[in-house]
Amino acid sequence: MRWSNKLRLPVPSSQFPVPRFRLRTGNWELGAGALAILLAAITLLSASPAAEENHISVFSPVAIYTLPVMEHAGHEYVGLLELLEPLGRVSTQTDRRRWSLRYNTLDAEFVAGKTRAMIGGHNFDLAAPFLMENSRGLVPLSSLSGLLPRFLGMPVNFHESGRRLLIGEVGIQISFQLDASNPPRLALNFSAPVNPTISTEPGKLRLVFKRDPVVSPGSQSISFDSKVIIQASYSESNGDAEFDVAATQPVMASFTNNRKTIVVTIVPTATVAAGTSAAPNAAQTQPSTANVASRRILAMVDPAHGGDERGAALSDTLAEKDVTLGFARLLRHELEIRGFAVVLLRDADSSSTLDQRAAASNVAHAAIYISLHATSEGSGARVYTALLPVEGSSKGAFHAWNAAQAPVLPVSRMVSAAIVAELQKGQFPSRASSASLRPLNNVFMPAVAVELAPGADGIADLTNANYQQKAASAIADAVISIRDRLGVQP
Amino acid sequence: MIPRHLLIGVAALLVLVVSMGIYARQMRRRAGEFQYAADSPVAPPPSGPTETVTLYVADDAAGMLRARPAQIPLPGGRQQRAEELLRALLRIYQQPGATHPLAPAADIRSIFLVDPGAAVIDLNAAFADQHRSGILSEQLTVNSLVETLAVNVPGIQRVNILIEGKTRETLAGHADLTETFDVTTVEQAGNQ
Repeated sequence: MRWSNKLRLPVPSSQFPVPRFRLRTGNWELGAGALAILLAAITLLSASPAAEENHISVFSPVAIYTLPVMEHAGHEYVGLLELLEPLGRVSTQTDRRRWSLRYNTLDAEFVAGKTRAMIGGHNFDLAAPFLMENSRGLVPLSSLSGLLPRFLGMPVNFHESGRRLLIGEVGIQISFQLDASNPPRLALNFSAPVNPTISTEPGKLRLVFKRDPVVSPGSQSISFDSKVIIQASYSESNGDAEFDVAATQPVMASFTNNRKTIVVTIVPTATVAAGTSAAPNAAQTQPSTANVASRRILAMVDPAHGGDERGAALSDTLAEKDVTLGFARLLRHELEIRGFAVVLLRDADSSSTLDQRAAASNVAHAAIYISLHATSEGSGARVYTALLPVEGSSKGAFHAWNAAQAPVLPVSRMVSAAIVAELQKGQFPSRASSASLRPLNNVFMPAVAVELAPGADGIADLTNANYQQKAASAIADAVISIRDRLGVQP
Repeated sequence: MIPRHLLIGVAALLVLVVSMGIYARQMRRRAGEFQYAADSPVAPPPSGPTETVTLYVADDAAGMLRARPAQIPLPGGRQQRAEELLRALLRIYQQPGATHPLAPAADIRSIFLVDPGAAVIDLNAAFADQHRSGILSEQLTVNSLVETLAVNVPGIQRVNILIEGKTRETLAGHADLTETFDVTTVEQAGNQ
């Protein structure tokens, strides 16, 4: 069984008399071209500057992810299924205006347009009416603080203005320590390793925490008794936390203590001179993480399918595309805490072609590509490398698109074997194999596909965060065990 | 007052709707041109002396192909022989309790043997439309067809799979059907 809404237009094959057809339709193609130009012009005229998409960041012990936020009648909404999916077993059912959701063993029922909901047999009043959009259930953000503990059975800390949701005891605390000696040093101590994006501009050093559940140090702004490093301020917006350190001289940041401490110091004079001579009055936005990033391995994680292309129907309500997305977010977290830079090829229910996925990975010069799939058949996991087709024509240094994988296939097989070994260590039935599965053959870095199958609890395992976590952790361990073969050291 | 960008957006949509209508009409007309009679005579069931062949039968539980000898009547022609081979394989998959079930309506439309060493398997729409979606099950189907054909019809080195005479991206969402399968590579994969 397969779900797909993809429209297949009847494309004439080359076995048919194409030349005659082309001659007769020359005028038509001209008209279509003119129409396309007209439409493009209209679209350009009506285009408004793209605004940054609003989203909410969710930090939990099992997954860190972001979800899009929609606005309706002055309230902000988020999809409840998408919110709960990475955290446990979720299924939904829609019956006209009624939207039922089961999270693990807890049943809830919502009615479109109503604020009253029933959760675990108890009434719950939302701050704004429940919305249904294409069978998706949307709840107001302002109700999450009260709503989620009923499902999760644990406290949540929702910073509504910054759209940061912390589930359980995941918050990372910050403390400051200023050494006012000459030159001064400011140590930012975190209770867990962090991985912010760091940039500098005149008079300011900015640390943006997108993937770390950093919480406010208590006061939004702290002033220091120093003439160089004068102030640190904390703010949250659109799912991110930001630390700004104000200074009267150019400053830089470096990591110590296993990434649990960031030390802010003055940039040595020679470095400043070199920088200023090159661009005297420039804003000098210096990506201070550049050196760090260049030493880290970039992993592309591809949750297969998405959008209209739902993949396999794993059950009546569960599509492969949803399992792969949750699984990918867990794998991203597991890889990141092992020091990898990770890009998800989709982080929402969106679609892109196989060529686009391959091109994005190749352009990024990723060190490894991991495609994630799910199946309702078999058990454990299967790890695939490319089954290369008959190679197209190659020109000199340029490899045929359909066999770009050929030079690195031996390394891909080593990665595959390492993943199988790690999965088996965790009592996870697994096996390596080859498959004619695009875009494995189109990427020029080591590439594998992992197909997650049910465990002892059957299909329910596929949405079980613990089950996915176990597999994701094994994959990440395997990748790090073979990082030397990937060409870059983290 | 209605904002300007809304007016422009509505105008663009109207143009789009009209142009799509014209395009759909054009497409329907073209499709009519390409209709061709699919009423080729049905081949009689093969008869005559039987031969021992080796069918490569997929086993989902084991995730592999198993070589199974079979006695089937085979016609003399190389192409008809290839078609009967794969139909015999298909019958195994369509039996109750098959190790790799395929839809009852799944069928081989025809096989074209193109020298030197190329074979094109044309499957019917039901074969792909009703196939289970999943990397393993789809790949086993492909491998089973390719290996059975290559082992029993000497000289085949490359295989293409079409659905209803046309290239389809995947069998059921995973196995890529746009490329040409290399028999040696498929055999090596089967031995993994």
